[in-house]
Amino acid sequence: MPEPFLLRAALAGIALALAAGPLGCFVVWRRMAFFGDATAHAAILGVALALALDLPVEAGTLAVALAMALTVAGLAGRGWAMDAALGVLAHSALAFGLVAVALLRGVRVDLAAFLFGDILAVTWSDLALIAAGAAAILGLVLSRWSALLTATVAEDLARAAGLSPGRERLVLTVALALVVAIALKIVGALLVAAMLIVPAAAARPLARSPEAMAVAAALIGAGAVLAGLAASLALDTPAGPSIVAAAAITFGLAATLGRDRRRG
Amino acid sequence: MSLLAARGLTVRRGGATVLAGVDFAIAAGEIVSIVGPNGSGKSTLLLALLGILRPAAGRVLRPPGLAIGYVPQRLAIDPGLPLTVTRFLALPRRHPAAAVAAALARAGIAGLAGEAMAGLSGGQVQRAALARALLGAPRLLILDEPAQGLDQPGQAAFYRLVADLRRDLDCAVLMVSHDLHVVMAASDRVVCLNGHVCCEGTPSVVAAAPAYRALFGTGTGGALALYRHVHDHRHDAVGAASGDA
Repeated sequence: MPEPFLLRAALAGIALALAAGPLGCFVVWRRMAFFGDATAHAAILGVALALALDLPVEAGTLAVALAMALTVAGLAGRGWAMDAALGVLAHSALAFGLVAVALLRGVRVDLAAFLFGDILAVTWSDLALIAAGAAAILGLVLSRWSALLTATVAEDLARAAGLSPGRERLVLTVALALVVAIALKIVGALLVAAMLIVPAAAARPLARSPEAMAVAAALIGAGAVLAGLAASLALDTPAGPSIVAAAAITFGLAATLGRDRRRG
Repeated sequence: MSLLAARGLTVRRGGATVLAGVDFAIAAGEIVSIVGPNGSGKSTLLLALLGILRPAAGRVLRPPGLAIGYVPQRLAIDPGLPLTVTRFLALPRRHPAAAVAAALARAGIAGLAGEAMAGLSGGQVQRAALARALLGAPRLLILDEPAQGLDQPGQAAFYRLVADLRRDLDCAVLMVSHDLHVVMAASDRVVCLNGHVCCEGTPSVVAAAPAYRALFGTGTGGALALYRHVHDHRHDAVGAASGDA
């Protein structure tokens, strides 16, 4: 039987991975990688806000991440030069967040925990919140799966089929903000986007259907959580970055495997 | 009795009036080609007829329950999305396997069922989109520049396929042509659009004329035809259609 703190860490990480896998697939398919970054970096600003107003950190994070995600989605809808605009938003959200946290006098904040996560410090009540958030994200994405997929393939096709691509974009936007809120404790603001993109990208060469890719991304993410935690214990390395590193190694292996299979 | 019609249709997009006072109708089993310069509102007209864009004025007369098959302009599927042709046909809802096989066969891509969409050629993607449009047993097929990016034999083959579908399924076809002057020979009517309906007519059949045959090369089998624009007015905007083209 593992130590309770380790069990909580593993369960929290797996819950995040199961939700981030399918959602991350949409981030990859719709080329929203930078979108995820901007939303995640806004989380630090949410932390500052929550501390200043004496609110739960998760609430502040969720509110600011949602505001950022809606802003970015609004800009995308208006056809801005997305690459530059997202870059400006992502980095300034992080910078303003760090400045705001520093300006909070009298509050001692372990900034590293918010930047890189502190999965080993997850409590039972944290775990309950993370599990509920993960279930909400998964429910949202799975219940709208077919509509989301059709809108991702071609917005005009979706409209002609009576669907609303704008509504599906909103679903993804809300789900992304939720992921940021629950992932902050686990991998931190800097690595949230990695938990979305790396497992999904690793799953791509292994999958022949969108559904298989989503399942594979969830499993690869969960495997990376366990491998990362084990590595963190054995090597005394930070847990969040170790998890992302494990996912990245899986990506490398899968990409090599996929290339060999195409050649073969 | 028309299958689908628009009366005094005015559509604005992003503050600009793209279509002004357009009257349009298509009859059951009719093939209508829409031509016009870039930005003339061809795609906008299709989207308004489909009910995707709401008109600022005028109205679309679409009988309830009219089954429309829609083939959008240029379908670009991210290679990061593993999607076979069969799975693509199941978006957003699945159809019986026999219906899927029949649609693929009609579109001439029965052998591609298990292929990845991202690996198909432009013409094959168009046929996959056409097969998907056929699944709902449409009374009307709406195609937005379906032959764009295809070479001339490819265009001709696609147009022949559409003509066969009309004959076999007895569905009307409304299609935007990417070329101002070259249209599908089987068109019953050509509508030239430039914010409003500039002229209407029938395509001249060119298969018999040796000069045109040389122009279109061999192997197009008479699927392509010229459309002679007869305009009684000019547009003053730079780049718009000239009046006596």
